[in-house]
Amino acid sequence: MTLQVSIQKNVKSFSLNVEFETSGGCTGILGASGCGKSMTLKCIAGIEKPDKGRIVLNGRVLFDSDEKVNLPPQQRKVGYLFQDYALFPNMTVAKNIAAALRLPKKDKEKKVGEMVKFFHLEGLEGSFPGQLSGGQQQRVALARIMAYEPDVLMLDEPFSALDTYLKEQLQMQVRSVLKTYHGDVLLVTHDRDEVYRFCDKVLVMDKGSIVNIGHTKDVFRRPDNVISARLSGCKNISKAKKISDYKVLALDWGIILQTANPITEDVRYIGIRAHDLKPVNAPKASAVNVFRCVLVELVEGPFEVDIILSGSGERDIPAENTLWCKVGKDEWKMRLEERVPQYLSVSPEDIMLLRA
Amino acid sequence: MDWGPIIISLKTAVTAIFITFFLGVFTAKAVVGMKHAKAKMIIDGILTLPLVLPPTVAGFILLLIFGIKRPLGSFLFEVFGVKIVFTWTATVIAAVAVSFPLMYRSARGAFEQVDENLVYAARTLGLSEKKIFWRIILPLALPGVASGAVLAFARGLGEFGATAMLAGNIAGETRTLPMAIYSAVAAGNMAEASGYVLIIMILSFLVVVLMNYSAHKNKAPWKGEGFY
Repeated sequence: MTLQVSIQKNVKSFSLNVEFETSGGCTGILGASGCGKSMTLKCIAGIEKPDKGRIVLNGRVLFDSDEKVNLPPQQRKVGYLFQDYALFPNMTVAKNIAAALRLPKKDKEKKVGEMVKFFHLEGLEGSFPGQLSGGQQQRVALARIMAYEPDVLMLDEPFSALDTYLKEQLQMQVRSVLKTYHGDVLLVTHDRDEVYRFCDKVLVMDKGSIVNIGHTKDVFRRPDNVISARLSGCKNISKAKKISDYKVLALDWGIILQTANPITEDVRYIGIRAHDLKPVNAPKASAVNVFRCVLVELVEGPFEVDIILSGSGERDIPAENTLWCKVGKDEWKMRLEERVPQYLSVSPEDIMLLRA
Repeated sequence: MDWGPIIISLKTAVTAIFITFFLGVFTAKAVVGMKHAKAKMIIDGILTLPLVLPPTVAGFILLLIFGIKRPLGSFLFEVFGVKIVFTWTATVIAAVAVSFPLMYRSARGAFEQVDENLVYAARTLGLSEKKIFWRIILPLALPGVASGAVLAFARGLGEFGATAMLAGNIAGETRTLPMAIYSAVAAGNMAEASGYVLIIMILSFLVVVLMNYSAHKNKAPWKGEGFY
């Protein structure tokens, strides 16, 4: 199970230049909207034609600009789950699932029956997509793709149009489907949680190029550039200037921080996750990376409290460059509710050194 | 009142819409599938021309094509012994020529309205282009195609200018209802003209109502109330 992709294509707002290889499992493609994620999938599916490059799926050449190979989508055997599911509105659920099957009538009915059962669609065989709920529609779309037994499964923002409750339900459903699927899976999304939950590997894309690639957990723990840091959910990012090998000046916050890792010459930014920024009331004199701050706003969520702070002025943090820190409800109740924190601390290991 | 014009008109309009329908649908399909944007624009312009030109100009051009001394006209006459100009066939050709753009444009619009993701999805699922057209695009575009057919039928039924140029006004052969109305008025026979006017009004009205009724009755099941 391998997919090798190396494509270039000029699109209106950017030029797509993507190169990666997957070998089984689920690979996430994370990026802001309009960065070329969907275009990449469309090129693999054969819906769009790259200007240059090569796409090989399990040893089959799907596209090769040098050898003038460009298989039509019909011959690529790729499963493409569209964001809006793209069910044929004029066909019943059973007809939708059977649409891709080229089998004798009896086998077709058997296969559709299996899919209906597996995807819990019993009783809906005769319904039209317009009569189904969003979750049912997605199950039909997945059933239709799985019946076709594709060599690679590509999911294009499968959960982005759903409300939170439905989203979590559908994520469970899709996870169980993916468990039974043995080919490669590509999941395109702008949602870091989805990537973290679903994908072993992740590609981070920006303006048509891959800016980071690696195991999901590594990329999230140690993003090495500012775009990956932002997309992986880092709330506090500041321009930075190296002072010494382990000391950096955060220009936006006007503070000097100690780092655990040596600072290389190409570090342009530093990032601190909201969870790693700890409010403290009475710092010890020996503590490192502790600085004074004032409260700007408190936002209470169901499970966490967001504390937005700015510098106290004494260390010259511009007022608009706020810091964002998140604490769990329990901790908030136990020790912080009564007294608004006056200091923030961050441990040197939690400072992410980022390239531009 | 002479019933001849009514029968000729109906025969002409029905034959013409049959030809126009298929011609329009397949031309629309071909144009929608064209990749070259500029060529598409130019071809679309040529195909729409009969709609924007005065019918007499369309008739003039048809005369240039089918005239007995013109290449195609003389070929048909000499090889097959078929004369087009001033025959019933000419009324059909004239009706097809002027009603074609309405059919073509409606069908094209309806095809382009079909969500392209459905076509992409169908392709990735291995459905052939033929199947995609017959099983997905055409059924979904049917309401638009049908209303185009109604317009084209009505246009064909009322055709006057190009018919006069190509088919003339021969009683019992090419005298359609609009021709008969013209002739009756020219002869000062207002009573007869009124009769024909009434008939053509009733006919046109019936066609539109019938189409609306069938569109209402056959409301596609998938267009029912959504789940939400």
